[in-house]
Amino acid sequence: MAKVFIYPGTSLILSDLVSRFGHRPLGSALSVREKVQTAGLDSPPLQITPEDPKKGLRFAAVEVPSGVRGRMSLHGPQIEEAEAGIIILDADLAFGCMGCARTNELVRFLLHQRDIPILELTYPRSDEEGIRFVAAIRDFLSALAGGAAA
Amino acid sequence: MSEAAAADRVSARPGVQPGTATKYVFVDSPELTAADLALRGYEIAPGVQIKETCFGLMITGPEADVERLVDELRLLDPDRIFVKDRGFPPGDERRCRANLGGARPGFYGHENEMRLVRYISSGLRALRDPKKADLLRAKPRSPDEPLSVERLNTIIQES
Repeated sequence: MAKVFIYPGTSLILSDLVSRFGHRPLGSALSVREKVQTAGLDSPPLQITPEDPKKGLRFAAVEVPSGVRGRMSLHGPQIEEAEAGIIILDADLAFGCMGCARTNELVRFLLHQRDIPILELTYPRSDEEGIRFVAAIRDFLSALAGGAAA
Repeated sequence: MSEAAAADRVSARPGVQPGTATKYVFVDSPELTAADLALRGYEIAPGVQIKETCFGLMITGPEADVERLVDELRLLDPDRIFVKDRGFPPGDERRCRANLGGARPGFYGHENEMRLVRYISSGLRALRDPKKADLLRAKPRSPDEPLSVERLNTIIQES
């Protein structure tokens, strides 16, 4: 079972397909859950601990807006942990403020910097595209170690 | 606040203890409703908290139990049931729209993707029909993609 980073991290479709084909999707929910289950945090993920900016500094320089560093404290460790990545290029749902936009750019950049298999796709808009989309993900994931057939 | 007091505050909230997991189960099927899923869920795993929603279910409980339940529920309609993790447990006042007003954070993302899951269902169905999947994969990727010389040659030879 490989750990597959998904972008956008909140994608239902990617999360479902990755786990369906026998791998572990690394999405935003997992890092948010970790914060939710941490004692002493009343309003995660907005509230951060003194450790979080330090984590974020490993991925974004100190002059980068603090919002990006805060977000990278959630996504950065997952990118380091990932053994593969799937990126959706036309993910309008990842739209947000400038902090989100810059974090999204940085996440995609860091994924490409890592020497791991990356699959880039666009969302399907028809049945034919859906078939190609699912087949591409299935082929990509079955090439990773420990994948299973649906 | 002392660490013990903080731990008490966290454990007072249901579903946030370490080791618990929450999953969304989305159903987009003409043959299966969220209520059917909830009934089946309670039959399979009585120790797990299940919240029925308009789109499907939210399931909270020990991670292994939730995984087992989700695997069983998927069998009801494998191509039209979609599952993803959730950070917060259902009803958590920090996320529940009953407390915040307006749409729940994350709703718009789900709304966006739920419009597309029917194409994913088609893709999953086609995986069991390799002929159709191969045929469609062989087609040009998009109408804007230029026709390759090899493909043009093939078309000329076939006609």
